Amino acid sequence: MISSDKVFREDEKAIYKLRELYSKHGYNHYRVSKFEEYDLYAKNKSFLVSENLLTFTDTNGKLMALKPDVTLSIIKNAVASPKVAYKLYYDEHVYRTTSGGDGFREIMQTGLECIGNIDMFSQCEVIMLAQRSLMSISEDYLLDMSHMRFVEGLLENAGVASENMDEVLALMGSKNIPAIKAFCTRKGISEEYADKLSRVTSMYLPIKAALEEIAPMTEGKKMQAAYDELTEIHKVMQCYGLTDKLYLDFSVVNDMNYYDGIIFKGFVNRIPDSVLSGGRYDRLMEKFGKKTEAIGFAVYLDKLERFGTEKDGYDIDVMLVYDKDIAAEKIIEAVKLLSESGKTVRAANAPDAGVRYRQMISLGKGGMKILETND
Amino acid sequence: MINIALPKGRLGEKAYAIFEEAGFECPSIHEESRKLIFENEEKGVRYFWVKPSDVVIYVERGAADIGIAGKDIILEYSPDIYELLDLGMGKCRMAVAAKKDFCDRRDRTLRVATKFPNIARDYYNKQSREIDIIKLNGSIELAPILDLSDVIVDIVETGKTLYENDLEPKEDIVQISARLVANKVSHKFKNERINEICAGLDRILTERKSK
Repeated sequence: MISSDKVFREDEKAIYKLRELYSKHGYNHYRVSKFEEYDLYAKNKSFLVSENLLTFTDTNGKLMALKPDVTLSIIKNAVASPKVAYKLYYDEHVYRTTSGGDGFREIMQTGLECIGNIDMFSQCEVIMLAQRSLMSISEDYLLDMSHMRFVEGLLENAGVASENMDEVLALMGSKNIPAIKAFCTRKGISEEYADKLSRVTSMYLPIKAALEEIAPMTEGKKMQAAYDELTEIHKVMQCYGLTDKLYLDFSVVNDMNYYDGIIFKGFVNRIPDSVLSGGRYDRLMEKFGKKTEAIGFAVYLDKLERFGTEKDGYDIDVMLVYDKDIAAEKIIEAVKLLSESGKTVRAANAPDAGVRYRQMISLGKGGMKILETND
Repeated sequence: MINIALPKGRLGEKAYAIFEEAGFECPSIHEESRKLIFENEEKGVRYFWVKPSDVVIYVERGAADIGIAGKDIILEYSPDIYELLDLGMGKCRMAVAAKKDFCDRRDRTLRVATKFPNIARDYYNKQSREIDIIKLNGSIELAPILDLSDVIVDIVETGKTLYENDLEPKEDIVQISARLVANKVSHKFKNERINEICAGLDRILTERKSK
């Protein structure tokens, strides 16, 4: 057998491992079509990572778009039920522009959604699966979690006007403490709250230590409820033994129009961008007129392209060069012999200069002969 | 090892001096050489000089863990990075400037010459103003003199160049200074080290201020 390591790229291996992981926990594979009516996205543009859409007109004159996102398609079709939780996962190509502005890209995305009645177990199961997803890419990962209501509560307590929320959230997102302090002075927010906002923004601690840090800052119903939820999550995650790499970071922010409750982002060392992103999107469900809760995440597999163990630099193990007058049967026999020992073999009547091989073997009247070994 | 991108030029040199004072020195940086990268293994720091406008690119893509970048560059490119510290140096402002006798008329499209098209667009968008952006790469002051543009959006330090060319600043857009920026993922995986450097720089800056 040729080991799958030789054949699959890192992202392909990851898809396989992730599908296995999600299936193991009873999530169903969900397939959606490549196109959706443009309308669906036009109504929810700010939910999308990139607002640009690849559109075309269908034969019936309808404006269609190549999917920039899978979640919206799933929600659109989800049967809202306050009782059951639907658990499903997908792996699909999505079409987006990157921030660099160099046109559209096809991106492989895998993710899972849990829609319906979300209790503490379902929520923690999703956090666990997010962590295990990252783990299947690398042991050296971190999952950063924030709670929208905790942040919202703090901003309300501080007296930040609702029209300034987005501005403050953006400053928190870039951990810009000097600017937060300047904002507070400008808006007449007390020094006490300016300090709290700065501390919450710059904090980066594993969940246990983080909870201790934020406990004295928790005031009011909204913050307290969020704090209690985070404490409960910590307790449950201890059962999974997954608390070391779960961090609280309130600079993880997302659109308040869609997300509510916990949100998280996953990182892997040596990939300079988040590879996983998700959270509770109850408010998005509401926008679709579905009275139900939902949580989910997506894994961006395109980021794995340059990651992982650098291949040893060879495309194939053996370049088998046969003489012109050798019968095909003899070549088949030789290839079979070599590949049975787990080697990848290319048989050709002349060596291909563009291919890096470990060994060159010639096949002539006198049988096989090693011409060159590169190892 | 922490990779640090410094902007070539006076600002970068001044910024490096703070790193040095805070105990993250790298003596080889002072040697005359054509080397691009300077490393102090013992302190775990590696410096390199890059074009000022490229610092945020190195940081955003993780080739540098941290770097020193002007607020103008951060606003222009709006990279997804952390902005940890205001170094309070390289202070200047982004402003709209025009000929002294320029009279702004709202009944026509304003022609704006600038090196910072995004900042300019954003500024005039907020005023619901239609503009025609002329992207230049240098000698911006020349544009209104030769009637290539009505106004310019550019960095103003003392305004001397403007006044000498019969121009003057008309409106301030935003105050600019140098910032310590960090790659978001590096900040997580190298949290302790980056916090240490950040605190070190902050200490020196506070000391200098109180002097």
